[in-house]
Amino acid sequence: MAQSSPANASGDLPGRLAGFPPFSQRHLISIADLAQHEIVELLDRAERMIPVSRQERKSLSTLSGKTQINLFFEPSTRTQSSFEIAGKRLGALVVNMSVRTSSVTKGETLIDTAATLNAMRPDVLVVRHSAAGAVELLSQKVGCSVINAGDGAHEHPTQALLDALTIRQHKGRIAGLTVAICGDIANSRVARSNLLLLGALNVRTRVIAPKTLLPAGIEQLATEVFTDMEEGLKGVDVVMMLRLQHERANGKMIPSVREYYRFYGLDAAKLKNAKPDVIVMHPGPMNRGVEIDPAIADGPRSVITDQVEMGVAVRMAVLDALLPDSNGAPR
Amino acid sequence: MSALVITNARIVDPASMTDTRGAVLVEDGLISDIDTAGTPGAPQGAEIIDARGLVLAPGLIDMRVFVGEPGKEYRETLQSAGEAAAAGGVTSFVMMPDTTPAVDDGALVDFLVRRAEATSQVRVLPAAAITKGLAGAEITEFGLLQEAGAVCFSDGKQSIQSSALLRAAFTYAANFDMPVAHLPFDKGLTGDGVMNEGLFATILGLKGIPREAETIPLARDLQLALLTGVKYHAAQISTAGSVSLVREAKQKSNRVTAGVSINNLTLNENDVGRYRTYFKLATPLRTEDDRLAVIEGLRSGVIDTIHSDHDPQDTEVKRQPFAEASDGAIGLETLLAAALRLVHNGDVDLMTVLRAMTFRPAQILGLPTGRIARGAPADLVLVDLDYPWQVKETELRSRSRNTAFEGARLAGKAMRTIVGGKTVFELSEEALA
Repeated sequence: MAQSSPANASGDLPGRLAGFPPFSQRHLISIADLAQHEIVELLDRAERMIPVSRQERKSLSTLSGKTQINLFFEPSTRTQSSFEIAGKRLGALVVNMSVRTSSVTKGETLIDTAATLNAMRPDVLVVRHSAAGAVELLSQKVGCSVINAGDGAHEHPTQALLDALTIRQHKGRIAGLTVAICGDIANSRVARSNLLLLGALNVRTRVIAPKTLLPAGIEQLATEVFTDMEEGLKGVDVVMMLRLQHERANGKMIPSVREYYRFYGLDAAKLKNAKPDVIVMHPGPMNRGVEIDPAIADGPRSVITDQVEMGVAVRMAVLDALLPDSNGAPR
Repeated sequence: MSALVITNARIVDPASMTDTRGAVLVEDGLISDIDTAGTPGAPQGAEIIDARGLVLAPGLIDMRVFVGEPGKEYRETLQSAGEAAAAGGVTSFVMMPDTTPAVDDGALVDFLVRRAEATSQVRVLPAAAITKGLAGAEITEFGLLQEAGAVCFSDGKQSIQSSALLRAAFTYAANFDMPVAHLPFDKGLTGDGVMNEGLFATILGLKGIPREAETIPLARDLQLALLTGVKYHAAQISTAGSVSLVREAKQKSNRVTAGVSINNLTLNENDVGRYRTYFKLATPLRTEDDRLAVIEGLRSGVIDTIHSDHDPQDTEVKRQPFAEASDGAIGLETLLAAALRLVHNGDVDLMTVLRAMTFRPAQILGLPTGRIARGAPADLVLVDLDYPWQVKETELRSRSRNTAFEGARLAGKAMRTIVGGKTVFELSEEALA
């Protein structure tokens, strides 16, 4: 990957990113809320954060004295630890809260928890919830910044940003590429955020899935829609695989895992249709042998671990952009 | 003998389809004379109301209203629903059986009749459950429920999935010549859908409800209605396909009717915006094409009635993530003004809109109201068609605040509502100033 100069090489205040105007958004709920220039700015900021994590001393003081609460109503290991590491590397006090919810009290817990946490005066809440729109609702109830770490099948904006950053790092550009998103589009927040972000950056987007996993109106969100995976992979620069929840392959939407793998699992034979320099991505956690052949997942075209690294950089950039500087500079 | 004369009115009577200037004489709660020439001979001591040219129409009959009494009085009582109705020009409403417990027993109908008599300013017409506990498994005692005062049968928000049971219910209801107002929706196709299926639901990441979840059971209902000869009322339809199905069935039978919610006539799926749960309705807001189709259905007479689908829900169950929030919006107080929006927009003429909320419901339910005729009960509303007002949830009379018209600027309002010759609502002087 391309190397960038350290973030504080130009003599800024420790950790402060120079050259960026105050960011205009207070929350990050949806990619749909971002203008193209804001997406590009977040990617530029994230690029400057990459070297921070590669240094011996991985800490900045941008968010020193700030409190970040990771509020996860849905279990998640990787996203939560990525946000935790991002916040800590910026010097914030990070508190993790996993809220176990029964279906009966789910919503009640959301509003009540919001009010309780708000009273503790956090500076930023990172929220994941199983219901679409829940993070937006919560953002209306609190006085701090809110970052959506995934709300139902709606959006997962930092995932789309880290995917875009990974593509940019490998391809040197984003515009003009052809990106295929494959798998359970109907239930995927990752797919929605990526379609919006890539669409805003003039990428040709393709979705590839069996018709039972394609949501209504998808042809208006993606440039092209394919049900034949080999056809859909022809000439693509990037393949994004999605996780298939096992419960989808129960005979209701998909008859079986083996049939799914036969037609929609990414293996060498299907991948041959893509460009020779194709990169393969996956938001994780992967189901090897369900949506992807282990040989591909761990092979030379895979950039899946790079995505994890870019995830930390993107989340550092988002936290840094949304929160006013601890040293008193405006947002 | 109490007497009341309303003079100088524009009398719009959808029963006779007449729109004339004149005066109406009310004696002992009944309309005793209508004079389109001058002033009827007012008895001595009669109260005289100068309508100043306002529209005098039959009081509205709302075919689909949910009340929280018994069981959820914090949402709505018969009294608060009555106040909201009166302020909206609604003089009778059919109360759905979805209470706790459900209205599936003669004693409960009797309770409602008495309780409404004692506390409600307007007439409450109980609909009794088609099936015990609204569970869709066993039919209720139609005969006894009819004797107790039920005006029709309905499973309210529930839809009977078994075609065999529905056939039995229709057949047995025909035996007592009672109308059945059934909501067609297929539970399996609805699944865990929470709004209209389409691009908009996809963008929001919400599960969609396909139109076929309504049209498939509606087609079944209509065929069973023709088979059994029941007086069938499709309680609430929302799609273009449903309008076609009802149109077709009406060519074969005059015992088939259909209703539409004011919400599906005036709002569409885009109003959901970003997860606005006051627009989350069990019969979801559909596309603009569907809205235009139901308007056309109303205009052409395929759709017979307009109702409010008044469904009070407290803030607690509405301030939730969209998929987890309860369905429903209140509407008794805004029904008339929202319907007049269709008139002001030139979508439907005044007579058709009023007829769908007065005379047609009365015909379907076999009521003597819904008309301005000698001998009819004096259930009347004086309407200023152009009165401008803005809906403020805090000023509405319902105990619940879940209006889909919050902040809406509407034109037209009930200035005075009369039930059985007695004024139950009059717009205050301050509001007029």
